[in-house]
Amino acid sequence: MPGKLKVKIVAGRHLPVMDRASDLTDAFVEVKFGNTTFKTDVCLKSLNPQWNSEWFKFEVDDEDLQDEPLQITVLDHDTYSANDAIGKVYIDIDPLLYSEAATVISGWFPIYDTIHGIRGEINVVVKVDLFNDLNRFRQSSCGVKFFCTTSIPKCYRAVIIHGFVEELVVNEDPEYQWIDRIRTPRASNEARQRLISLMSGELQRKIGLKVLEMRGNAVVGYLQCFDLEGESGLVVRAIGTACTLDKLSSPAAFLPACNSPSKEMKEIPFNEDPNPNTHSSGPSTPLKNQTYSFSPSKSYSRQSSSSDTDLSLTPKTGMGSGSAGKEGGPFKALLRQQTQSALEQREFPFFTLTAFPPGFLVHVGGVVSARSVKLLDRIHNPDEPETRDAWWAEIRQEIKSHAKALGCHAVVGYSESTSICEEVCILSASGTAAVLNPRFLQDGTVEGCLEQRLEENLPAGCGFCHIPYDELNMPFPAHLTHCYNCRKQKVPDVLFTTIDLPVDATVIGKGCLIQARLCRLKKKAQAEANATAISNLLPFMEYEVHTQLMNKLKLKGMNALFGLRIQISVGENMLMGLASATGVYLAALPTPGGIQIAGKTPNDGSYEQHISHMQKKINDTIAKNKELYEINPPEMSEEIIGSPIPEPRQRSRLLRSQSESSDEVAELDLSHGKKDAFVLEIDDTDAMEDVHSLLTDVPPPSGFYSCNTEIMPGINNWTSEIQMFTSVRVIRLSSLNLTNQALNKNFNDLCENLLKSLYFKLRSMIPCCLCHVNFTVSLPEDELIQVTVTAVAITFDKNQALQTAKTHAEKSLQRASTDNEELLQFPLELCSDSLPSHPFPPAKATSVDYSSFADRCSSWIELIKLKAQTIRRGSIKTTVTVEKASPVGEGNFRNRSSPPCANSTVGVVKMTPLSFIPGAKITKYLGIINMFFIRETTSLREEGGVSGFLHAFIAEVFAMVRAHVAALGGNAVVSYIMKQCVFMENPNKNQAQCLINVSGDAVVFVRESELEVVSTQQPTANCQPACAGGEVTT
Amino acid sequence: MTSELDIFVGNTTLIDEDVYRLWLDGYSVSDAVALRVRSGILEQTGATAAVLQSDTMDHYRTFHMLERLLHAPPKLLHQLIFQIPPSRQALLIERYYAFDEAFVREVLGKKLSKGTKKDLDDISTKTGITLKSCRRQFDNFKRVFKVVEEMRGSLVDNIQQHFLLSDRLARDYAAIVFFANNRFETGKKKLQYLSFGDFAFCAELMIQNWTLGAVGEAPTDPDSQVDDMDMDLDKEFLQDLKELKVLVADKDLLDLHKSLVCTALRGKLGVFSEMEANFKNLSRGLVNVAAKLTHTKDVRDLFVDLVEKFIEPCRSDHWPLNDVRLFLNQYSASVHSLDGFRFACSGCIT
Repeated sequence: MPGKLKVKIVAGRHLPVMDRASDLTDAFVEVKFGNTTFKTDVCLKSLNPQWNSEWFKFEVDDEDLQDEPLQITVLDHDTYSANDAIGKVYIDIDPLLYSEAATVISGWFPIYDTIHGIRGEINVVVKVDLFNDLNRFRQSSCGVKFFCTTSIPKCYRAVIIHGFVEELVVNEDPEYQWIDRIRTPRASNEARQRLISLMSGELQRKIGLKVLEMRGNAVVGYLQCFDLEGESGLVVRAIGTACTLDKLSSPAAFLPACNSPSKEMKEIPFNEDPNPNTHSSGPSTPLKNQTYSFSPSKSYSRQSSSSDTDLSLTPKTGMGSGSAGKEGGPFKALLRQQTQSALEQREFPFFTLTAFPPGFLVHVGGVVSARSVKLLDRIHNPDEPETRDAWWAEIRQEIKSHAKALGCHAVVGYSESTSICEEVCILSASGTAAVLNPRFLQDGTVEGCLEQRLEENLPAGCGFCHIPYDELNMPFPAHLTHCYNCRKQKVPDVLFTTIDLPVDATVIGKGCLIQARLCRLKKKAQAEANATAISNLLPFMEYEVHTQLMNKLKLKGMNALFGLRIQISVGENMLMGLASATGVYLAALPTPGGIQIAGKTPNDGSYEQHISHMQKKINDTIAKNKELYEINPPEMSEEIIGSPIPEPRQRSRLLRSQSESSDEVAELDLSHGKKDAFVLEIDDTDAMEDVHSLLTDVPPPSGFYSCNTEIMPGINNWTSEIQMFTSVRVIRLSSLNLTNQALNKNFNDLCENLLKSLYFKLRSMIPCCLCHVNFTVSLPEDELIQVTVTAVAITFDKNQALQTAKTHAEKSLQRASTDNEELLQFPLELCSDSLPSHPFPPAKATSVDYSSFADRCSSWIELIKLKAQTIRRGSIKTTVTVEKASPVGEGNFRNRSSPPCANSTVGVVKMTPLSFIPGAKITKYLGIINMFFIRETTSLREEGGVSGFLHAFIAEVFAMVRAHVAALGGNAVVSYIMKQCVFMENPNKNQAQCLINVSGDAVVFVRESELEVVSTQQPTANCQPACAGGEVTT
Repeated sequence: MTSELDIFVGNTTLIDEDVYRLWLDGYSVSDAVALRVRSGILEQTGATAAVLQSDTMDHYRTFHMLERLLHAPPKLLHQLIFQIPPSRQALLIERYYAFDEAFVREVLGKKLSKGTKKDLDDISTKTGITLKSCRRQFDNFKRVFKVVEEMRGSLVDNIQQHFLLSDRLARDYAAIVFFANNRFETGKKKLQYLSFGDFAFCAELMIQNWTLGAVGEAPTDPDSQVDDMDMDLDKEFLQDLKELKVLVADKDLLDLHKSLVCTALRGKLGVFSEMEANFKNLSRGLVNVAAKLTHTKDVRDLFVDLVEKFIEPCRSDHWPLNDVRLFLNQYSASVHSLDGFRFACSGCIT
């Protein structure tokens, strides 16, 4: 009997009129937990009843405390007939179960009814008395903290990052049970809400147990999802990263642990840079000691570290400029060996984190992803969800092997998703292959990590860009160059990742949101035929999405993508692909080449003219974008400046090679005989369409920036005004013009118009940035496309541009001249990047269930072939153009006056998808918010149609989230995410239904300005954890 | 490609003041879009008409949802669904309850009943205010009337407390409620030159001086007071006014009164001679108006009578405003010295 739950019902207000005769309500409340129910007295004839009940006490197992929600039902007493329900409140009491979070839940909760929405509010007080339980075989995991935030939470320090935890539970969906035929929609909705609440409680408890087994005390980056599989059941699954976290009691303790190293990280490379000898002096070992000696923590000398870390983390100091590959091999082997001990014992070395403590991330390989198409079948035994487990295990195995192929031992920024249509389900997983610092994975403590930092010889700001794989044994064709930052190691020409931009990365200019959008028609089919059709389409979609991303990236003049998220949704008769990422220009990577168009029929004069016109347009766009995003990489070399010839020469050479290659094309195409037709078709229409779509993307209006990462690269002077919003659009396609092209256009317009609308609506916040822009696309019905966007608009101060990074980056690039010639030898090719790896189609035997259809996208080889083909086809070619950058210098304001803060925050609950609140410090995490709501209506027209219905529902969901946070004593939700928004309508019947699932972390924050008043002595401004790179430094 | 559904929901509810005004003015979405296009917003922001349409629709939907709460402003403050900063809440309420001068002149003093509501389309055509806006304004009057009708205490305070209006707007509503309750006739052609502000000024003075709340300064037994303190005229006071008749009926008293006034005003009035000549008529007019007020019918015609019996004679003699004021002040002051009369000035009407 380890827990006592106490509940008090205080009062109600704004209740609906339940008795038409008197225009009043006789309300009473039922409080239910598990199988125990208490009732309050009936408060006669009042719309604002005062119950002031006694404390209702439930004595329960902590297992139940974790699983069960507290259920409060408000009813209208009726003497003669059955009592009418007014609505319900579900309260997740999990936040009360760990010591540091909330101690009491007390406040006004909206009373929610699945048919009528919010109907008044009720004031409730909830407390839990926990008894210590030392039972080793316990089933509960009270005390394990959960965070949705995908970085180490702000007021904690990571002692150990243990790794991946996952779990899933399945059940029958109440909506599809036989009883649903006879019960009311309300009863069915409530059964569903309750079941999902129970299941997520159970899931969280089971994950908690796994964490305890790993000796962790928290789950970070917790992502829980529902799969509404319809007839076949309901799956609730979750992934996360188990950690051992230490609460930072005072800012003083915090400083040495995390913050100052991060500061170093930023400054070290810059101080190192000005040494012009770095490159030419060849082996330059001694340099490192000198450069690091200035660091504030110099008391930690080199010698203090253990020898093995020395070995593993001293980069190839003796390595000359060209020998990276050879010497890199053995070194990397060593590093791998080292981390093996830490990672090998784990089944999946995955991390759901997207931002990391400094020094954690050593190298990044590239995006790895895997997809699999499955046929759903009824889950026969809910207690043994083996099939679903096996499916995911398979996919994870694939991801793991892809990471290995990239020379990486871990996957970071890992996430999983599904898309379901009828009985077909696409399972997707993606992440970023990476090499991690083993120190964090073992019992490395503060000292360890600090030493680590000091020993780290990898130049910060570019280290993560260096390739982790062997140059001579590359997993895919890529063009490597020497790092433009340190000149020592090799970097790829482009870098795609699913993580946030590391704080120490050196970026030039600003970033921007880059999206690839794609629709493909698919024949309607049943079961296996359908699954086959989808599997056949997937590799082409992936490839095209990828090509689009690459082209758009080049069009923006950038060379790296962060926060890449590719979503493929399946519908009855089409597939949709939507990829979002934030493009940036990494100083360490080479300047991206331009885009060159070449026609297929060079004889046709007008066509040629058209092509050259397009080419001009593209070049103009690139130039414009470079200006817009302030991408002014420093001049490559004096020689080039001196003689403007190289550029034209370069280009002409390429052009020549292009025209010459026509024979080659024919020859090579022959070797792929059956694919010839495909090539021609694309060349004629799709290629033009691609080019057009490239040019139709309009940049945001001036004063606006957008990105899908936590913070906008290049902006770091945020002010405190934030506005989180959700926008939903559904369009109906006219069935007449259903061609791929028309579809693409429609989809593209939909997304572009949506963005335009957002910019217009938020124009009063200019200058501002839309951060964490999260697009979700779904195909609810045959001709419907639904796009949901959640993002936060944050204002920033234009005049406080803090551009230190930029200037430093410039400096560092100043000496990037010597390799320039070399660079120019590489005509950058369209797809030569660290592309998402694609699985080999596994034998059917791997699929446990016979009826399930496991066909994988495509194999590596196939994909590479495909790529090669397009390049040979010559529809779009990229070339290196050496841009003459105008020196940046003006506008580098160092003015750092403290930002203006919002005056009153009384009663306001902020919501943000970010892990931080600009201009404020999070002082306490109160627990995870994970809520699931269903809303249904049978009077759609009366509620303002579909828009009115959904608008009201989303507003209500926000209200309920805010109310729960306020009741926990919090004033904000961070890492807020709307994971699901399933909308179904039946206008003929005047009905609609919507399911929404949201989650986030409830927190208490204090404005920095207020904080300073409280403790002027403490260096509060420095308390910002490293991961909050975007926070305003006061 | 048609948009089936298009919504935007912010954690903080976005309120566009311009769109709010258009909505309050009763424009349809398409009219509002057209007006916004004309305002040049597209050029300023580089947006397209489709964006504007979607934005306007969205705001209209939000306002529509807020309207229910605006009917009882304290609800807007306590509701949880829309997170709106207090300053914006105040703006929403103030603008929602604001009314058009032209409209209020049409309904001032009329019974706020269904019958009047039916005439709103006539008022709409006459004033050029959209019917929708007329309905909102009329419903606002009626709602405020219904809520404060049965309440005791200061009318302005009650309105302020239940509708969270600014002091100025609450006073205006007090006047509207007061006029509607007493059904003063304000629509006659003779009264057309008077603005709402003029009537509101009178209403304020009458509430201060003529009502139960004002007269029964020390309500000894508040529970027995069934009448509304500020809304109804004090019947006893009206009864007492009858006694003023002696001022004109008794020849001696009339002369004495006249001489007192004349002595005091000699040299001060530009129209002294006219005043002296007309004193008897004016005094009779005033006293008769006052004495008749025991009849409900005559109460309703108070302003018509005052204009006919007092203001028009003065105007025909071209009395300057200041002289009228001086005369009336002296007129009532002299009465006090005459006898134990108490007389509350009927106010200064321009």
